[in-house]
Amino acid sequence: MLMTLKTRPDFDAIIENVPTGAKVLDVGCGDGELLELLQTHKNADVRGLEISDEGVASAVARGLSVIQGDADKDLGIFPANTFDMVILSNTIQATKKPKEILEQIKRIGNRAIISVPNFAYWKVRSYLFLKGEMPVTKELPDTWYDSKNIHFCTARDFEKLALECGFKIISVTPTTNDRKGHKKPHVDFFVNLFAQKVVFALEKL
Amino acid sequence: MTKEHRIFQSSEIFKLEGGSEIPTLHVAYETWGKLNNAKNNAILICHALTGDQYVTGTNPVTKRNGWWSDVVGKGKLIDTDKYFVICSNVIGGCMGSSGPTDLDAENNQIAIDFPIITIGDMVHAQYLLVQSLGIEKLFAVIGGSMGGMQVLRWIADYPDRLNCAVPIATAARHSAQNIAFHEVGRQAIMADPEWKNGHYHKSGTFPSKGLSVARMAAHITYMSDVALHRKFGRNLQNRDAVTFGFDADFQIESYLRHQGTSFVDRFDANSYLYITRAMDYFDLASGFDNNLIKAFEKFKGRACVVSFSSDWHYPPSESRTIIRAMMGAGVKVSALEVETDKGHDAFLLDEPIFHRALGGFIDSSARIFGIEGN
Repeated sequence: MLMTLKTRPDFDAIIENVPTGAKVLDVGCGDGELLELLQTHKNADVRGLEISDEGVASAVARGLSVIQGDADKDLGIFPANTFDMVILSNTIQATKKPKEILEQIKRIGNRAIISVPNFAYWKVRSYLFLKGEMPVTKELPDTWYDSKNIHFCTARDFEKLALECGFKIISVTPTTNDRKGHKKPHVDFFVNLFAQKVVFALEKL
Repeated sequence: MTKEHRIFQSSEIFKLEGGSEIPTLHVAYETWGKLNNAKNNAILICHALTGDQYVTGTNPVTKRNGWWSDVVGKGKLIDTDKYFVICSNVIGGCMGSSGPTDLDAENNQIAIDFPIITIGDMVHAQYLLVQSLGIEKLFAVIGGSMGGMQVLRWIADYPDRLNCAVPIATAARHSAQNIAFHEVGRQAIMADPEWKNGHYHKSGTFPSKGLSVARMAAHITYMSDVALHRKFGRNLQNRDAVTFGFDADFQIESYLRHQGTSFVDRFDANSYLYITRAMDYFDLASGFDNNLIKAFEKFKGRACVVSFSSDWHYPPSESRTIIRAMMGAGVKVSALEVETDKGHDAFLLDEPIFHRALGGFIDSSARIFGIEGN
């Protein structure tokens, strides 16, 4: 797995954005927990891509169809316009080429739900400002040299990239406790400052 | 070869892909477990190049455990208490199915007068066997290496006759490298003066040396460099120093020689020619306008494609070709690339992640298709 930080608030915001019966791909699906929830609660036709063989074995045992592969290299395996929805939960900051991944997502799916940790979250900002060191927080628990996150961005940074890649922002949902559920049409000052993590719902133009 | 194996005999002339025919097809097979009332718990296992129908239990020829005893049996991953497991000797083989060891009217082996067969012909024969057992639809077809090629042909030729497919450590077509290694093996057999243009049975000879060399060359392709190094390194065989001669100084030499000589006791040289040829001719897409996607399009079941990272014989890239085509065809496919240094042989060895995924795939598929044990 690229990241193991999948948390329920994240899942809730994602599930809420998936229409019933949608054909869904979860990139970096881990052991398939989210896919199983989508299958059960949204009657979704679900597929997954997962980098670890352990994750794939677990997901397959759940009865899911999951392919072992690397988001950076293997999204090309999926044919164009295959999915209604492509999910990338807490993964994009750990990929080598986030922009290429967004391009791939646009190719294979119509909509995307992408959650990203927000590096402009006020606690992260103050950590960096006051301590002068790379932040280590609950959401970003690893030191800079151990972290799998190699492309940090802020909520606003990601929004800019999504727009540049030809996506329309449908909604932005912060998933921190203090701002949870306040869905917005775009990243505003408050989201960028107070959201620890943000779930973007995107649609290709 | 004795014909004391359990045999299915077809009442019709068996037409081959190459245009020839086999007048009386016979297929040697074994089964384990019981077919349930719904007749939907049957699993067909397809064996590899030098395998046979004795998947589990004791092999009556070698007196050793069946080739997949760790996986198939009572309470095992492929549980014979729950599933009706079938495995048949491929045609062209030498364990009782129609092949070059069949006898003619004068009790001589028909040898190389046996027609050239294909993977498709092997699968066609299996299909007739399965029909004769009263099974309309198999729960699963599972196989590794050449067995995996058969699984792929099942999907392509009989898409509505199976619910699940598990092609393991295989490819949708034989690569130039694969063909090259097979050709070395065949040439070794045919260069043996005892081969007698294929009619060694009539001459009372057997090309043991050639077949043994063929097996040695093939065996190298089943193992990875790392595994060979770990197992043998440059260790010497029962000696302290090299002998400055051509004796088997190194353990790896001794090991390969042993693999070769023990193989000739249980395998027929002409069978080896026929089966390797069938594998070389395998190119699934060729029957579908060279579009592999079309080969999988009619299959509405589930598939799980497994490969092994250090398998250079049928590398993961070959599996990815299969996966990509299945994705394109809309097949519900899962794919596992097991991290291992054991090479191609890993599919027969104890690989925990592979076994967990295989067991998980079978169990979850049984739930999805509502398969109940007998």
